[in-house]
Amino acid sequence: MSEALLVQEAGAAPAVAPASGARLFLRRLRAQRAASAAALVVLLLVLVALAAPLLTALAGQDPNAYHPDLVDSAAGGVPIGSFGGISGEHWLGVEPGTGRDLFARIVYGARVSLGVALVATVLQIALGLVIGLAAALGSRGVDQVLGRITDINVALPVMVIALALLAIVPESFPRPVLIALVIGGIGWSGTSKIVRAQALALKSLDFVAAARLSGRGKWSIARRELLPSLAAPVITYAALAFPTNIIVEAALSFLGVGIKPPTPSWGQMLTEADTWYQAAPTYLLIPAGLLFVTVLALTVLGEGVRTALDPRAASRLGVGTGTAKEGAA
Amino acid sequence: MTGFLLRRLGGAALVLLALTALLYAIFYVAPGDVAQIACGPRCSPAQVAQVTEQLRLDDPVYVQYAHFLQGIVAGRDFSTGTGTEHCAMPCLGVSYQSDQQVTQLILAKLPVTGSLVIGAFAGWLLLGVGTGVLSAWRRGRLTERVLTWLTLAGSATPVFVIGLLLIIVFCSTLQWLPAPSYVPFTENPEQWAWGLLLPWTSLALIESAKYARLTRSAMLETLAEDHVRTFRAYGVGERAIIGRHALRGAVAPVIALSALDFGSMFGGAVLTESLFGIPGIGRELVHAVKVVDLPVVVGMVLVTGFFVVLANAVADLLYALADRRVVLS
Repeated sequence: MSEALLVQEAGAAPAVAPASGARLFLRRLRAQRAASAAALVVLLLVLVALAAPLLTALAGQDPNAYHPDLVDSAAGGVPIGSFGGISGEHWLGVEPGTGRDLFARIVYGARVSLGVALVATVLQIALGLVIGLAAALGSRGVDQVLGRITDINVALPVMVIALALLAIVPESFPRPVLIALVIGGIGWSGTSKIVRAQALALKSLDFVAAARLSGRGKWSIARRELLPSLAAPVITYAALAFPTNIIVEAALSFLGVGIKPPTPSWGQMLTEADTWYQAAPTYLLIPAGLLFVTVLALTVLGEGVRTALDPRAASRLGVGTGTAKEGAA
Repeated sequence: MTGFLLRRLGGAALVLLALTALLYAIFYVAPGDVAQIACGPRCSPAQVAQVTEQLRLDDPVYVQYAHFLQGIVAGRDFSTGTGTEHCAMPCLGVSYQSDQQVTQLILAKLPVTGSLVIGAFAGWLLLGVGTGVLSAWRRGRLTERVLTWLTLAGSATPVFVIGLLLIIVFCSTLQWLPAPSYVPFTENPEQWAWGLLLPWTSLALIESAKYARLTRSAMLETLAEDHVRTFRAYGVGERAIIGRHALRGAVAPVIALSALDFGSMFGGAVLTESLFGIPGIGRELVHAVKVVDLPVVVGMVLVTGFFVVLANAVADLLYALADRRVVLS
């Protein structure tokens, strides 16, 4: 959260005890019911992903252990038992064909899904920040060159170029890392455009001019003066890019060019589920449902973050405005 | 106007030229052993040497790139081992796998992808704009809240998940529809439409979410403007205000977004085509990626880039035509 915004807020609302930027942000996020619920869901998913080894140990299962005795090989590998073989031992049933524990694979799949999307988002935001700032602060030539590069970047739909890049990288390269690098490396143009436009607007303001006149270097100004003011739009963008990246990873894995077996991934499960849905519908519904819930929760949270960081929304939320509603919120 | 068009086209041509250089560097220079890739992993050194000779991979990189460019603007000759084959402009090379010319390959797939995109486009435009108008009209009421959540759910669902569910419900469980398939329009228009019904629906459902949000926010923005308040004061009815004035504000952004989506979809609605088995550009790309058929991959990415760059220019132009406040410069 930006100090600049805090100062602005504090200036507008002298009656309110000054809260730190992060605390004000959290209060505004909590004031939105849907976003709070979404945040809880996301927190739960993150905990599940982090505690994957613990949870599978608790369930007494291994994501890669085959259980041929749990599937009916005479029927082509359909899980034995109702609802895809759900039992006290196999909480979500087993994978058709191999009999691997679905709960363990889902939990480890959450790691892949969230981890890849997180690294990709961080990378794309970092690249976008550097490129956007360089374009705004650099010479005219630098700006033009970077502008053209951005144009090229925009001309390539993420799915198409990600697919193409995956064709030439050797199989030995660890896939989750590669997917994160590819998604992040392609998707920076949105951030860089926002950052460039914002930085150009800020550049002409008095406080930046003052910093320049006091003899500070470009990067020092960028870091100390511009970055705090860029935080709100960039964080908003990142929060909304994150769920999109989850979908892209799932899509690439679904197409069979993303995460390779035996590493579990929700998207990859859906490919296999495609052939099993009549015999074992749970094998399709569980990863599909989780993917939906994860992306929905992250999107709602992203919208909440956007509202919480939007100064115009302050009055609607009644938080941080210093009006009478403050106590009620 | 003419000046703007010329400059825009010039810029687009530059971006495409840079794109060819980038793609050439990534796909023909970076992997190193192109002859081995072209020949396949089980080729003997003698065969690789022959392929190197045939594809003239011994030439310096810039000469090879010049040949690649020459093919695109003027056509070129390829050695087939027994003789030479002419590849007319715009020549994107010859497939390593099938020895088919990439341009022919793409042209053959274009009507397939076109069929998919046009039908889906009509669907998502109607559905998206309709939803947007309805929720702007019913703002603050239950209808709007329900529509907002539906829209959110739409944007949180990957297209392959909704497609899978549609196939399961309508083709397998209810058996109302035959399994999706592609029959050329010229062969049997009725089967063409039935076969594409589910792909159209899935794409339209997912894409319409974006349009609904855009339409709604553009309309709400217009509704908050002073001139609308004046209309109200004059006693203009709500229906007329929504239909005649607020909707007008949404026309320009919706047209611009349509052009962009149209462009990137022509590069292949990769996921939809793969899921429903529609033999269009997207599915061909996935196949080419899996067998590392470099000329096909590069050709398809380049064609996608071409469509997106074209769509960008068209979007700018349409935006200016639809919204007189925008000045082309």
